[in-house]
Amino acid sequence: MELIMEQLPIVLHALNIGFLQTLKLFFVTLIGAAPLGLVIAFGSMSRFKPLSWLTKIIIWIIRGTPLMIQLLIVYYFPGLVFKNNIWGSGEAGRFLAASISFIINYACYFSEIYRGGIQNIPVGQEEAGLVLGMTKRQIFFKVKLLQMIKRVVPPMSNEIITLVKDTSLARIIALQEIIWAGQAFMKGSQGISGAIWPLFCAAFYYLIWSGLVTVLLGKLEKKLNYFR
Amino acid sequence: MAILEVEHVFKSFGRTAVLKDISFSMEKGQALSLIGSSGSGKTTLLRCLNFLERPDKGVIRVNGETLFDGMNGDTKRESEIRKKRLHFGLVFQSFNLFPQYTALKNVMLARELLEKEKEGYKARKKEIHQEIEGQAAELLKQMGLGEKMKRYPHELSGGQCQRVAIARALALHPDILCFDEPTSALDPELTGEVLRVMKELAERKMTMIIVTHEMDFARDVSDQVIFMDDGQIVEQGTPQQIFETPEAERTRQFLARYTEE
Repeated sequence: MELIMEQLPIVLHALNIGFLQTLKLFFVTLIGAAPLGLVIAFGSMSRFKPLSWLTKIIIWIIRGTPLMIQLLIVYYFPGLVFKNNIWGSGEAGRFLAASISFIINYACYFSEIYRGGIQNIPVGQEEAGLVLGMTKRQIFFKVKLLQMIKRVVPPMSNEIITLVKDTSLARIIALQEIIWAGQAFMKGSQGISGAIWPLFCAAFYYLIWSGLVTVLLGKLEKKLNYFR
Repeated sequence: MAILEVEHVFKSFGRTAVLKDISFSMEKGQALSLIGSSGSGKTTLLRCLNFLERPDKGVIRVNGETLFDGMNGDTKRESEIRKKRLHFGLVFQSFNLFPQYTALKNVMLARELLEKEKEGYKARKKEIHQEIEGQAAELLKQMGLGEKMKRYPHELSGGQCQRVAIARALALHPDILCFDEPTSALDPELTGEVLRVMKELAERKMTMIIVTHEMDFARDVSDQVIFMDDGQIVEQGTPQQIFETPEAERTRQFLARYTEE
């Protein structure tokens, strides 16, 4: 016990650095995937059939294969097949590769949620806008968007909480996120080896973060309760 | 001159012919009731006037201006249609208010968006906004909703929602206001307040086309009545002609079913 107390500052310092990387990946994914998902949603709803098919096939592939495989392919494919490792060898390259994989993966999941949200809005809303002389664009932004957001917040909350934990998959391409940081103490790092407890600490970070996200999204959901 | 002329309008959905050679005209300031059983094409006709459906053939003219001509592709273009729609207002059976806006904002929204597109909006932004708000508030007061302006649709009864929807349509000053079974989604005790408002509009000589199953209302309030059956106009005339001395057998049968009830 005394030993753990002694080692704790070292471990927490390492975990903090790892968690910072986890958070970075979390936010980059969210900021990138939320709008990209909308673009993909419009693609899959397009009346131009080739576009909607193409989009649906992409969504099928991305949702039908493990994110871990996508990470491995995005990171290693250019180097192994074209003998050109576009990501470089450093942490920055790994982060970029991870971000791109996560954004594409999550955008596909988001797009299906958005599509459900948009298609659930009664057709009468669009018709009311049309007879009032609004353009399709105005109808989307002024009438449908907020109704869509209200509808998608609960399912999005689920995805976002999953994302908190999914970031750990980036460990597979050696992104130095919090699990990577905790695992280092199993193998041996900074004079600590064979220690499993740092991983328990890491789990605690996830718990706190997903708890915080749950509370914040719950507040948003409540805020949108002013209309039905 | 007739405010509205509809000539030889045809409309099919797939193989089902819904409107078969519809022609009629109406004068400014008249209230015209469209009656007939469900599936007779009344609602489709109204939706064609508002360009929610495109007729396959035929001509629609307002104040002598051709808004739609099945033979002329230019009149079918989306950008053109948007402006032409504004000749008509439409009140839906299911209100279709925007749930995230208050009653007042529901009435103001479309006007504001239209004003924003005009030149010199930025310079007079505040002034224009106040003007629109004032007019919207005035309309809601006329609808007896002066106390409910800041309420959201889900806080209002069906009858109140429908009156907001009428105010919203009036805010754009349409030449012709259309009603698509405006009281069909309401509890019986709430239809009265909506019909009263519509009657007031008729008395103020608002030009109106009303698809309705309220026969008493059609008889008492409208200047003209059209009876439709199976996508055709069977009979058109004054309420007296249609309700007292109908000529066609189909009209008589239809009215008999209503008076029995």
